[in-house]
Amino acid sequence: MSSLILYNALILAAIAVVAAVVLYFAAKKFYVKPNVLAEEIAAILPQANCGACGSAGCQDFANKCAAASEEDFRNLYCPVGGKDVMAKIAQKLGYQASSHEKTVAVLRCRGNCENAPDKVEYIGLKSCRLASRVFVGKTGCPNGCLRMGDCVRNCPFGAIEMDPKTGLPRVDTEKCTSCGTCVGICPRGLYEIRPVGNNGVRVYVACNNQQKGALARKNCKAACIGCMKCTKVCADVTVENNLSYIPTTVDAEQYGAELAANCPTGAIIYTGKSNEQN
Amino acid sequence: MSKIKTFSKGGIHPQKYKITSDVPITDAGIPDMVVIPVRQHIGAPAKILVQKGDKVKVGTLIADADGVVSADVHSSVSGEVTKVEDAEAGSGYYEKMITIKVEGDEWEENIDRSPNVVREISASPEEIIEIVKQSGIVGMGGAGFPTPIKVDVPSGKKVDCLIINGIECEPYLTADDRLMQECAEQIVIGAKILNKALGIQNAIIAIDENKPKAIEAVQKITRSYVGVNVQVCATKYPQGAEKQLIAAVTGREVPPGCLPIDVHCVVQNAGTVFAVYEAVQKHKPLFERVVTVSGDAVNNPANFRVRIGTPASFLIAKVDPQQDVGKMIFGGPMMGTAAINKEAPVTKTTSGILLLKQTSVVDPVVSACIRCATCLDVCPQGLEPFAIANFVRNAEYQEAKKIHVLDCIECGCCSYSCPARIPLLDFCKLAKYEIRKKK
Repeated sequence: MSSLILYNALILAAIAVVAAVVLYFAAKKFYVKPNVLAEEIAAILPQANCGACGSAGCQDFANKCAAASEEDFRNLYCPVGGKDVMAKIAQKLGYQASSHEKTVAVLRCRGNCENAPDKVEYIGLKSCRLASRVFVGKTGCPNGCLRMGDCVRNCPFGAIEMDPKTGLPRVDTEKCTSCGTCVGICPRGLYEIRPVGNNGVRVYVACNNQQKGALARKNCKAACIGCMKCTKVCADVTVENNLSYIPTTVDAEQYGAELAANCPTGAIIYTGKSNEQN
Repeated sequence: MSKIKTFSKGGIHPQKYKITSDVPITDAGIPDMVVIPVRQHIGAPAKILVQKGDKVKVGTLIADADGVVSADVHSSVSGEVTKVEDAEAGSGYYEKMITIKVEGDEWEENIDRSPNVVREISASPEEIIEIVKQSGIVGMGGAGFPTPIKVDVPSGKKVDCLIINGIECEPYLTADDRLMQECAEQIVIGAKILNKALGIQNAIIAIDENKPKAIEAVQKITRSYVGVNVQVCATKYPQGAEKQLIAAVTGREVPPGCLPIDVHCVVQNAGTVFAVYEAVQKHKPLFERVVTVSGDAVNNPANFRVRIGTPASFLIAKVDPQQDVGKMIFGGPMMGTAAINKEAPVTKTTSGILLLKQTSVVDPVVSACIRCATCLDVCPQGLEPFAIANFVRNAEYQEAKKIHVLDCIECGCCSYSCPARIPLLDFCKLAKYEIRKKK
């Protein structure tokens, strides 16, 4: 009886020794050297996996950073983490930090409940992308905000919320990482990624309506009517298809207040001081 | 009479409301002005041939088909072209339209306006296809697929069955029902014309069980025409959908992503067949159609023969609408589109204009899915609407594609029967849009 137990123990011990030897050599043979640098960089990154940098997630971006030369590294940027994160990564790599400007998504529509009141009711799935295929929208503007909040539901950072007063989505500049999800999701293409500007001062045309002035005004009091007044304030402003556009190169602090003051419909939004006083 | 047939999978039985079934088709008259869209069909918009100031007659070609999947557009009135620019469609969007101010009623000379029925089919198959092409005929059931493509069988494909769709399963609509009652012989001749073009000998006119008068009228005629038979189908929605009708009549199933021609069938709407008859035998291009103006907010519902481009408001004024109209629908209540513009014109695909009371239009309170699987039971395509909705909620469109959302025919059975009032059809539509966009 006791010998049976002894044999069993010996056989098991022998199997254990053989397995240990096999595993030892297998571990040696198939050893994968971990990319410590990439792991460390990934730890710095926000881990939002939003793809705003152009890579397939944060780990991919970290791998790219780890493999990049100093030249290539300048082209890599994490819009979510911003300057701080990039500075940390640069420090880790021993490179010079790149100088990217912080950007933010802006809604190019002022068709709020007051400017563009609802004309009809909509019954069905509250989705801008569906509604825009079915009809022109409750306000009647074929290019304006549908106010059903596809951008709100899809923002990965919770940076957009519906303003119950205006009925329009509002972007939280602090939370917005300019990942661009809203740009792709909006069926009317109303979002634009623009630089935050010095002290948050920026100026842009908050309208996307390309109809002729009278038609545009029929549905929305704050529509751009393509009157060209803004082009006289600053020569860089362009008007195409009855719609004005202020390039990001226009100095908001220099021209912003005047551009906004000169717009007869109030389609130009200026986030500087004079706006607050109004 | 052969057995009453229907499709096996799914389907629902909505209220019929066929209140205009016994109202004869009357001429709606000619409005002061018509607005004719250049895109009334699936495919590319037609190329505009006229300019502001041009004089046109009834039947004059005003826009030419642009490419294969497109259709000609003809003037429906005589007068002067006053505008060739974007105008507001029923959806509220601006589309290219031709506005014509009406002066008299002068028709193109070659159109045969006599009421007698031309029975002799003298045109050759090639000529028939060419005439159908030049007459701007599109599927008049609602989808607006250009008819010449369906009639011109591509080489290598075989057709053995022509089905004339006289089902009209949508509630309220009676345009095809009345047309079959009043113009049964023309439709049967139209079927023979299409038979000739397709090179086959038989046609089946499928009619819903709830149209006894239409069945009787057509059966009386088919006795003297060899090869044309009436098939009575059980009343079930969406029997009039192409794939369901093929399943009901022939028992064949159209595989995912395939067309009826792949199962050797061609399906034509009764109204389309009538238009083919008029084009081939009477040289009359498609510029008028039968429209049912009905709904519970209408005091005198009617069936009108309407010139294409007539504003909806012109027809609505004729039926004595009530005060509390809550919704206007172009087409049927199940698959039609709600319109927000009263001035929107009647197009080749407008089978009805419905006005519903404010009290009939409810925004349902949506509650959570109770997993009752009603949507699975009623889906005539055998899809899983609740699963599609879940994928769409999480923006997983590729997953929705894997469970065949692209085979959805947008009949609305799921939304109609969902006890939780979940807009399941809207989810399916959204998934289809998003998948097609990504392609």
